[in-house]
Amino acid sequence: MNQGDNHMSHVIGLKCRECGAQYPAAIQNTCFECFGPLEVNYDWEYIKENISKEKIEKGPSSIWRYADLLPVEGTDYIDLGAGFNKLHHAKNLGKELGLNELYILDESVNPTNSFKDRVTSVAVTKAIEFGATAVGCASTGNLASAVAAHAAKAGLPSYIFIPASIELGKITQMSAYGPNIIAVDGTYDDANRLASEVADMHPDWAFVNITVRPYYTEGSKTLAYETAEQLGWQAPDHFVAPLGSGALLCAIKRGYDELAQLGLIESSNIKVSGAQPLGCSPISCAVREDKEVIPIKKMETIAHSLAIGNPADGYYARKVILDSGGYAASPTDDQIIDAIFLLARTEGIFTEPAGGTTIAGLKILVEEGRIDPDERTVVYVTGNGLKAQDTLIKHTRIPQAIKPTFGEFEKQYAQLVLI
Amino acid sequence: MVKVRFSSALNSVTGTRETTLDLGDTTVKGVFDELNSKFGAEFEKRIFENGEVRRFVNVYVNGEDIRHESGLETAVTDSDEISILPAVSGG
Repeated sequence: MNQGDNHMSHVIGLKCRECGAQYPAAIQNTCFECFGPLEVNYDWEYIKENISKEKIEKGPSSIWRYADLLPVEGTDYIDLGAGFNKLHHAKNLGKELGLNELYILDESVNPTNSFKDRVTSVAVTKAIEFGATAVGCASTGNLASAVAAHAAKAGLPSYIFIPASIELGKITQMSAYGPNIIAVDGTYDDANRLASEVADMHPDWAFVNITVRPYYTEGSKTLAYETAEQLGWQAPDHFVAPLGSGALLCAIKRGYDELAQLGLIESSNIKVSGAQPLGCSPISCAVREDKEVIPIKKMETIAHSLAIGNPADGYYARKVILDSGGYAASPTDDQIIDAIFLLARTEGIFTEPAGGTTIAGLKILVEEGRIDPDERTVVYVTGNGLKAQDTLIKHTRIPQAIKPTFGEFEKQYAQLVLI
Repeated sequence: MVKVRFSSALNSVTGTRETTLDLGDTTVKGVFDELNSKFGAEFEKRIFENGEVRRFVNVYVNGEDIRHESGLETAVTDSDEISILPAVSGG
């Protein structure tokens, strides 16, 4: 598509994932022919001619080093610095679980402390490009803070729809950025449905995970790009990601596939596995029980950010997992809590229950023989434990105060050694 | 009167975002029979595939997804609100 200055763009427009119908790039998420979801349609020949490892490596230390693979024109990014986070070689956790080459991409260190900064930076940049007058989202908390923060940076009002029951820490954080918060008496799916209706009535607002969703999900591909780059432009053998809507897992796989297609990595023949909390596991149950994804209404889990009963990309996530030879796990809340402390204790990374779900899922998959000890395995830890303190405090032993004397310390130390 | 709200993705076939139907007590299927005859084959094609609501179409009765109720047999009373939305959001 011409941009008016004879500069060819790497983005042709949008196309339907189901029937292939094509549309120009706009605020649109649904195919008018078959109601299927839209995805970004790239000009891969153009991209191939303009991309190289060297160009990427000279780029900024953020997702925008991969701008040639993101659906944005120009360089006026709404950028708080999301991405290009450390890929930890998790030797301690690997040893504990019996994995010889385990890596963790730590997303808890993003600007608002979850992977949602990646997708939001892309979506809000795109919203500005489209001339949107406001941005919004439906969120279980992490996306809310990401959208409110990027909207603040962009100088746009934001409308955030959340289930009223999410963690207070997340409400505290998102409130600081000054969004309009609509707390819905219901589940995430209720908040999402309401937000969808509101978004549909305001075509000049960009709801990041609703009306500009085709662009938004592209931001998650950068998790694959920077993993491969930090592995010396190689793909892992296996990756494990959390499952909420299923969009993240699909986008990561798509990211590896694109790198292989462009010749930046040798192959994207990767096993893909997912983890979803047992109390809300429509996708992982579909994988484990070999059935279609059936939306669920009642969900009970401490992993609020994964509590999506009607996962928008569940159908595709199940397919990606099964086609790759991967599998899925459904840990219990107790296993999730144990995994949070296991990760913190072994690798010094403090994650929220969604990250605990992924680590607990990893443990189950290893125990079930679904991950071979010699597979180079990458795990995506997507959010920060500081956001879920009200959940974790119940599982934390608060130390008793001692008098500030050496004698008291020695008494305490003797007890600590005994433990 | 049953109130039906349409996604903007249906604009080109419905020409309206909302309609009301006088059907008395019925089912979701009864509502769609009426809508199909009102808006024609193109409307039916967008919503249905092999007699079932398409995977990416969500139908709500008073905010409840009919997949959690009785599907097309879900009861609809005279004062209910029905929304037809794409299932491509969230997460």
